[in-house]
Amino acid sequence: MTTTAPAELLAGLAEVLEEVAGTPADKVVPEAAFDADLDIDSLTMVEVVVACEERFGVRIPDEALEQMTTVGDAVSYISGAAA
Amino acid sequence: MTAPQTAPTARPAARPAGRPVAITGMGALTPLGPDVGALQEGLLAGRSGVRLLDDPVFAELPARLAATADLTGRLERLEARTLDRVQQLALVAAREAWADAGEPEVEPERLAVVIGSGIGGALTILGQYDVLHQHGPRRVSPHLVPMLMPNGPAATVGLALGARAGVHTPVSACASGAEALALALDLLRSGRADVVVAGGAEACVHPLPMAGFAQMRALSTRHDEPEAASRPYDKGRDGFVLGEGAGVVVLETEEHALARGARVHGRLAGAGLASDAHHVTAPDPTGSGAARSIGLALRDAGLEPTDLGHINAHATSTPLGDIAESRAFAAALGGHRPAVTATKSCTGHLLGAAGAVEAIATVTALRDGIVAPIRNLDDLDDEADVDAVRLVPRQVAHEAALSTSFGFGGHDVSLVFLR
Repeated sequence: MTTTAPAELLAGLAEVLEEVAGTPADKVVPEAAFDADLDIDSLTMVEVVVACEERFGVRIPDEALEQMTTVGDAVSYISGAAA
Repeated sequence: MTAPQTAPTARPAARPAGRPVAITGMGALTPLGPDVGALQEGLLAGRSGVRLLDDPVFAELPARLAATADLTGRLERLEARTLDRVQQLALVAAREAWADAGEPEVEPERLAVVIGSGIGGALTILGQYDVLHQHGPRRVSPHLVPMLMPNGPAATVGLALGARAGVHTPVSACASGAEALALALDLLRSGRADVVVAGGAEACVHPLPMAGFAQMRALSTRHDEPEAASRPYDKGRDGFVLGEGAGVVVLETEEHALARGARVHGRLAGAGLASDAHHVTAPDPTGSGAARSIGLALRDAGLEPTDLGHINAHATSTPLGDIAESRAFAAALGGHRPAVTATKSCTGHLLGAAGAVEAIATVTALRDGIVAPIRNLDDLDDEADVDAVRLVPRQVAHEAALSTSFGFGGHDVSLVFLR
């Protein structure tokens, strides 16, 4: 597994969010919270996780998901898991 | 255990007539088009919404006709992804009805929703079963459960409108939409709500349900003439045509409608509910349950059979059902023979949405004094003793009309409307 740069991960996550939830790419910034800022509810978040797992070739367990509040959290976790 | 036989003339229990409620908004997404205007125009023109399903997934079915609705461009992306088609149809129809009612100001705790469905989120459960088998459980949608549950359409509409006086889902197969209006009438009369958004929705055009209906020999197989397949009361009828769609109305107490100066399309004046206890799917050939529901609805409305100017019949185009229903009319109405129309000749059978869509068709016909013709009625069955409207619309100035709906399970629901 090759390491993906955080900027690339952020862009990839933005594409996932656009596809799954119709979230505009410009709103997908590291400090954005999935629920409060992007209006992603817990069910849609599960879809986002599954799409990320496929796209980035990582496994995101539920315990990790619980800690994943912001876009930045997700980027760091995926970056660490894929390293 | 054998069900006891009841005399078809059994009298309904005495009960005083109830108050009518106002119909202030209507919405319909049907095979005839995107809204109530398209429904009314299509029915008056006798247009058919039936087509041959040409997708290869239907190729092996013995019956491949359906009347589908078009949702293209009607929903936000997220709504399209997280709502089953039946919820989407209900939501679009509810939005039209709510806008048509002028978006009434009502306390959330005084606003209720009643949306029936015969089957619920069938397309989701069947589609996700395929996902489970092909890709495993981690690929199953987290939205699966709220999409497949039969109360999904009601819940979706309740959320969209912020209704907090209760959200309900009558499930009585092809009578569900009519039963929703009957329950709404009770909610308003009993003071549990001031405004109720009520209707029905269905979306199950899929090879599995269609194969099941076909195995019952319930579906028309007139593949060479799709638009002629749904033909209630005609000698050549050979079954119903499956349809999809939704119909939703906004009902209010007359006081509430009057206080806010709402435009009133008509009034729901009475409902009658009965059950056959005869057979799970076959209609009681005497039509006794159907007749009792009609009698109860008239009594509830405080009307006599002779007050009725037209009937929007359930009339699905099955050989047995149409005749049993015509016997029910004779039993319940004595010698009175109102003009009879059959919406399903144009729309196909919308199952749990049928009663609600046909309620809307009944109200527009009553309001405008014009009853749509029954499409494809070339040769009236000798056993169908009805004054069928044929070929062209009929002007009927009248004050009251009846809509009937019957469902697998032996459900009989009749609704009486006033201008």
